Amino acid sequence: MALDRTDVAKIAHLARLHVADADLEAYAAELSNILELVEQMSAVDTTGVEPMAHPLHMAQRLRSDAVTETDQRAAFQAVAPATDDGLYLVPKVIE
Amino acid sequence: MHAHSIAELAAGLRERRFSSRELTAHYLGRIERLDPSLNSYITVSAEAALAAADAADARIAAGDAGPLTGIPIAHKDIFLTQGLKTSCGSRMLDNFTAPFNGTVVERLAGAGAVVLGKLNMDEFAMGSSNETSYYGPVRNPWDTERVPGGSSGGSAAAVAAGLCAAATGTDTGGSIRQPAAFCGVTGVKPTYGRCSRWGMVAFASSLDQAGVLARSAADAALLLGAMAGFDERDSTCASEPVPDYGALLADDIEGLRIGLPTEYFGEGLDAGVEASVRAALAALEQLGASILDISLPNAPLSVPVYYVVAPAECSSNLARYDGVRYGHRCEAPKDLEDLYKRSRTEGFGTEVKRRIMIGTYALSAGYYDAYYLKAQQLRHLIAGDFRRAFEQVDLIMGPTTPTTAFPLGAKTDDPVAMYLNDIYTIAANLAGLPGLSVPVAPVDGLPAGLQMIGNYFAEGRLLNVAHRLQQATDWHRAMPPELD
Repeated sequence: MALDRTDVAKIAHLARLHVADADLEAYAAELSNILELVEQMSAVDTTGVEPMAHPLHMAQRLRSDAVTETDQRAAFQAVAPATDDGLYLVPKVIE
Repeated sequence: MHAHSIAELAAGLRERRFSSRELTAHYLGRIERLDPSLNSYITVSAEAALAAADAADARIAAGDAGPLTGIPIAHKDIFLTQGLKTSCGSRMLDNFTAPFNGTVVERLAGAGAVVLGKLNMDEFAMGSSNETSYYGPVRNPWDTERVPGGSSGGSAAAVAAGLCAAATGTDTGGSIRQPAAFCGVTGVKPTYGRCSRWGMVAFASSLDQAGVLARSAADAALLLGAMAGFDERDSTCASEPVPDYGALLADDIEGLRIGLPTEYFGEGLDAGVEASVRAALAALEQLGASILDISLPNAPLSVPVYYVVAPAECSSNLARYDGVRYGHRCEAPKDLEDLYKRSRTEGFGTEVKRRIMIGTYALSAGYYDAYYLKAQQLRHLIAGDFRRAFEQVDLIMGPTTPTTAFPLGAKTDDPVAMYLNDIYTIAANLAGLPGLSVPVAPVDGLPAGLQMIGNYFAEGRLLNVAHRLQQATDWHRAMPPELD
């Protein structure tokens, strides 16, 4: 399936990326080429084939409901771009 | 010293012929002298390495040394290292220092290995040439006008050039085996779940697996033994016991049944690479292995399937980079959407954006069944091909890559041509099987690789067969000419 400029702009927005107007054509061409490669999948009939989400068939393990983590907020927030008093700072969301 | 095996280096340390400090200083000196022409390291941690070497020397003096104590290694810059930058080859994480160590890092440190630094890689492990790194391309030590492969290109180049004794890597679609083949080193991608992914930056979670790049199968066995095993912090980490890989190396391979998929010897395979691979197979026959032709009929669909599954998972995983909690944040965002969009647009490079967009598209409303579901169904068929093949043969072999290393810039303008580099390696990731690449006879002065794929958790057998081949041949001993 070939994508056009409008498709690229829409996908970029969904992915929270900005694509400059001047680059829309180039992205549309590249992404369409990749989708053309991907189209080869349609050559095989997969009716009734179970999808494989994961390589190993393992059951999810359960752990006991006990506290195992200590409070490391300071260490984790030390790498954050902007914090104040234990909170992450973002631009104002609610007027 | 850098041409020695890890076992020889460990013997030298134990017998006090040299100290870990001297050995570490030797590697640091080589990095300083030779790496400006290779760019294999993003960060060199000289001071911490020398301190770790002193601690290792104390352990050796106290008689408390293991086989890796005091051995200088380096980590792909995808593994979190406390107090040492983890960039994942991206501007997004250029300012990121992890608050904890990944499990693989922690286990190798526990074994006494000395960390020289962090190795260059394609951005977020997305690439097959190391040209997508924010820190610039790595150059192949055999020919610095050529790529080292990727995404673990820094790991492969550093091991090949003797800038560390061995290195960690990760493999999502061939990212250990392909650069190992291009640089003439031994690379092991274990079974999915064999090594913990905790503290390893996520790309495609159902495919990513940590492994090793080393100068020989015997060296790789030492590292893998220390890295592998159950970790409760990774819910997909296997609880299967870890065998003593070293003890299996010398096993006889008489009667080993090797399957050659016809799909891996067809159009597109370079004649020189094929001749070298067949010479290695002949050497294995000499050792008592038998060879038969097999078929993996759905294997040719591996690349299309991968370019749905991997981008879909990458678009989900990389949604975490929001400019809020860590990583790059744009200047003066005017609102929340601006913060997200500009931080991500400035922080990610072109290939990463391309894959995020493909994945976003494949997962978007109305397209899920046609892309992601279809790919998962084909993934089932590809895994089924392997299951049937392993009823007939013990290991599957073929070329690791269709060609030798290509020139820098040769494929940067054509993403699809770049993706086809991994045509022989991707299927093992989709099925979750272990794979290994060993050097074969060079082709026009450039390394090439023989790929071996085993059944689930057959790493011990893969290392054993690779070791027996390396005892009978000397292709893996070659060092890049102008660097030594």
